[in-house]
Amino acid sequence: MTALPPFQTVLDEHSAAVMGILRGAVGRDGAEDCFQETFLAALRAYPKLEDDRNLRGWLLTIAHRKAIDYHRANGRKPVPVAEPAELAAPNGMPERDDGLWAAVGRLPPKQRAAVALRYGSDLPHREIAAALGCSPEAARRSLHEGLKRLRKELA
Amino acid sequence: MKTLENAIDSAINRVTARAAEEGLLDVAYTTADSPFGPLLLAQTRRGLVRVGLPNQDAEELLVDLSERVSPRVLEAPAQLDEARRELDLYFEGKLDRFDLPLDWRLSGGFRQRVLRAIDRIPYGQTRSYTEMARKAGNERAVRAAGSACGSNPIPLVVPCHRVLRTGGALGGYGGGLPMKRALLELEGVLDESPGS
Repeated sequence: MTALPPFQTVLDEHSAAVMGILRGAVGRDGAEDCFQETFLAALRAYPKLEDDRNLRGWLLTIAHRKAIDYHRANGRKPVPVAEPAELAAPNGMPERDDGLWAAVGRLPPKQRAAVALRYGSDLPHREIAAALGCSPEAARRSLHEGLKRLRKELA
Repeated sequence: MKTLENAIDSAINRVTARAAEEGLLDVAYTTADSPFGPLLLAQTRRGLVRVGLPNQDAEELLVDLSERVSPRVLEAPAQLDEARRELDLYFEGKLDRFDLPLDWRLSGGFRQRVLRAIDRIPYGQTRSYTEMARKAGNERAVRAAGSACGSNPIPLVVPCHRVLRTGGALGGYGGGLPMKRALLELEGVLDESPGS
């Protein structure tokens, strides 16, 4: 087994990505709570982690679950919003378009998450799959379906 | 309005604070200033486990702690306030005995016995490697006693700088001989043990 890096390294390297997807998934206010829950759950499980090759995917999976818990606890629907643009802007994200993100917010959960992770947080299919707990193929399909629906709705 | 970076920083601080409360902080560390450069201080629930000297690579020491103690390693300066306070006083010449719980787990067997013997050398006094070997139970293992000093995971607090060669030559020091000489000057013992 390769040794795990000190947890502080994991926190430093991945905190921005986790905060980014959480803001996309639960909004700014919920994101800070979910962020704490995500990293505390990760810290609890960390010593038993057997493979440190995809720490980011592992963290995003936990974050995704915490976002779902948050929505359940708050009894309301997820509201992916334009927040992720704050992170994604340097990578060529266009300026915020509230109409578009509102439409994203109306997508079914898997499609919405796939779209937010792909275009809000700029994740590749493999990591979206890890975050959603499905196969890359299924992630690709959710993304595709989500985009198709958006095109129809915004046409 | 909070920027994203501020929000992340404060969220990280709260993760660290809650990790400590919930018993998930196995190794807390911070860096502390010293007259010789930055020190790395690391502590477990048992006590101070590692002091990294300025010439040592802090990243490497943290990786080593992650492997040998626990990967739950977090930067948590508040946990090390007392260690930092005592070290500051020591460097000002205002403290002649550390009162910090120590975690000896990074050294075992003969090495640990040597280090525990070193821990009892009073401020401002020196001993020879031979005496330390004898105290640890094997007078002939002088070389092993020397290497125990060299591998001291908690230098300064466990004062391996007070161990010299028989006859008074300085011997070695993990932080470099100028640092050993300066520490002995600080403690006012250098005159009795002129350096090599």
